[in-house]
Amino acid sequence: MKIILENATLFTGEKKDIYIEDGKFCDVFDKKDADKTYDISGKTVFPGLVDMHCHLREPGFEYRETILTGSMSAAKGGYTSICPMPNTDPVCDNAAVVSGILKKAKEAGYARVYPIGACSKDLDGKLLSEIGLMKEAGIVAVSDDGKPIATAELLRKVLEYSSDFDIPVLDHCEEKTLSDGCMNEGEVSTCLGLRGIPTAAEDIAIARDIIMAEYLNIPIHLCHVSTKSGVRMVRDAKARGVKVTCETCPHYFTLTDDSCENYDSNFKMHPPLRTKEHVEAIIEGLKDGTIDAIATDHAPHHEDEKCVEFQIANNGIVGFETAFALGYTYLVKPGHITAQRLAELMCYNPSNILKLGRGGLNVGDDADLAVFDLENEFIFDKNKMLTKGRNTPYDGFKLYGETILTIMGGKVTYEKLC
Amino acid sequence: MGLRNKDLLGLKQLTAEEIMEILETAKTMKMVLTSGNKKTSHLQGKSVITLFYENSTRTRLSFELASKYMGSASANISATGSSVAKGESLLDTARTIDMMATDIIIMRHSHSGAPHFIAPHLNASVVNAGDGMNEHPTQALLDMFTIYEKLGTLEGKKVAICGDIYHSRVVRSNAIGMTKLGAQVSIYGPKTMMPVGIEKLGCRVADNVADCVKDCDAVMGLRVQLERQHKSLFPSVAEYSKFYGISPEMLELAKPGALLMHPGPCNHGVELPTAVYDCDQSVINEQVTNGVAVRMAVLYLLMARRNQI
Ligand SMILES: [Zn+2]
Ligand SMILES: [Zn+2]
Repeated sequence: MKIILENATLFTGEKKDIYIEDGKFCDVFDKKDADKTYDISGKTVFPGLVDMHCHLREPGFEYRETILTGSMSAAKGGYTSICPMPNTDPVCDNAAVVSGILKKAKEAGYARVYPIGACSKDLDGKLLSEIGLMKEAGIVAVSDDGKPIATAELLRKVLEYSSDFDIPVLDHCEEKTLSDGCMNEGEVSTCLGLRGIPTAAEDIAIARDIIMAEYLNIPIHLCHVSTKSGVRMVRDAKARGVKVTCETCPHYFTLTDDSCENYDSNFKMHPPLRTKEHVEAIIEGLKDGTIDAIATDHAPHHEDEKCVEFQIANNGIVGFETAFALGYTYLVKPGHITAQRLAELMCYNPSNILKLGRGGLNVGDDADLAVFDLENEFIFDKNKMLTKGRNTPYDGFKLYGETILTIMGGKVTYEKLC
Repeated sequence: MGLRNKDLLGLKQLTAEEIMEILETAKTMKMVLTSGNKKTSHLQGKSVITLFYENSTRTRLSFELASKYMGSASANISATGSSVAKGESLLDTARTIDMMATDIIIMRHSHSGAPHFIAPHLNASVVNAGDGMNEHPTQALLDMFTIYEKLGTLEGKKVAICGDIYHSRVVRSNAIGMTKLGAQVSIYGPKTMMPVGIEKLGCRVADNVADCVKDCDAVMGLRVQLERQHKSLFPSVAEYSKFYGISPEMLELAKPGALLMHPGPCNHGVELPTAVYDCDQSVINEQVTNGVAVRMAVLYLLMARRNQI
């Protein structure tokens, strides 16, 4: 299979034609030999995006999403590599489940799927899972996401044991004894009569994790950071040389807690949407390098799990098909960051943290790329998503950065029909 | 005039004019109620359903009597023993009731926002009879009616509310509604039961009970749920009543003859000593009568709006 992208503009501004053969970027060949030629003048080429945090729901919750539909959704968002969290049923806490996920992902063929294994068996926060055997089967990290790593003792052991296998540890930061609520604690929760979750619930867990990483001198990665103090603690820790990295998600730099005012559960996730002050701090962290990555935390749910009273609705929103456009519209367009920085946040940094080796655009590299339309506004329509989930807060949003084409390993995984 | 919205979800959704119209209408309804013949025909040929997902004796009875006095066909659904207990979703249950040509659904639910969630999906008007910790609009309206009737206005009046503010939908509705009518609301309770940012509703957070009730025209105690001590929100009933209860000495700090109110049911000797509950200033029993009048007014005005469309 030979593909040519004519009149390409790279995210760096460089203009050239891109040649792909046998799944890799290659040197110029005769244009007549191309199986497919795309003229992408006016559009912008990014490396295939890497999502270090998503939920594909398979095995166990196929009514919400499957590896196939999740991968197709990812491809539509410009992603070529995605890392599903282990909170499936059965939990991805052993090599057999890891192999099963990889087999399904390969059959689907829409994205490179790098599973994340559970820190603890059955995510129960007690016993270590078989991290070494799971690594042999293909995991790239461990996490108990959905839940925090339950105790400081388990955190210590997971960090120590995983470091023997050079496996990164990703923690969902939440102090459970403080987080018995369904939205951010503040004026809005008080006004709506909803139980709030204080930012302190996240901050205490972040502090714990940083202290442990510093004490052990072992790296830790913090999932979905949403608070001002969290950003400050990570910034300070990095300055002292602590091996801490972190991610945030698009909803934490685009939405605030007052969006919950109609009790619409499409605005319910964990951590919850915070106030403007925190949104600004997240943007600052993205600008100054404190925050390393933007992940989606793509969390599809069935209609029946969301179309209920706010308090009992499941946490989480889908994210693959809006993440890039939100990053571009809310970060690059207003001038907070450059397109290069966005490529770091959505491809190079997550790839480096998980040691995936993704993002190369040179001859000989795997041909993973995404082409976006940065010039024209589009209206996001939730009913056109490829994920099974419809739980997005962004329906009807006017955004820039619609995906035009996604290629993974030389295969076209998404193509906008014009 | 009349009400703008199909539903009565909370005081947040009402303007000062709408609140006043409800209070004025309630005056007429109270006359009907206290006359020999209670019957009116305003709801004749209309159906009113009470859908209660939480136990309640007085609010439910108050609504039932209000709709019966006005001649409606009515039925009651409780969370136990119906399809609700079989795990049917709230929206499905509400839609089923709606499809039976129901005019008004009066709902109480333990989840904040539950009536707001179902209302846009229904043809029937939804009356919020208490949703979680959010609002209890008819309770606040009857509290406001009581003050309005006794003092002639809420404009410039000072109202103190003491107790478990965090869990109280009565406080939220009253703080919002009374402020809209120009009253000054002070609140006080243990910090463990004080939600952050409550000032946003327009009330003042007092420093202690004395500061809260000082020079007030009306003082309202709130029911404290005794189970809350198991969540360490307060250590004991004795301590609660000593530091947070409204004692006769505290009541003396209010304006002479200030109204003493309580949404009921009251834990005697906890939030109010029995001597206070029964004192001359107490309008607690009259609040109950006013509750029926206010609910009749709400049903009347909602139905008038439906009849216009
Ligand atoms: Zn998480
Ligand atoms: Zn997650």
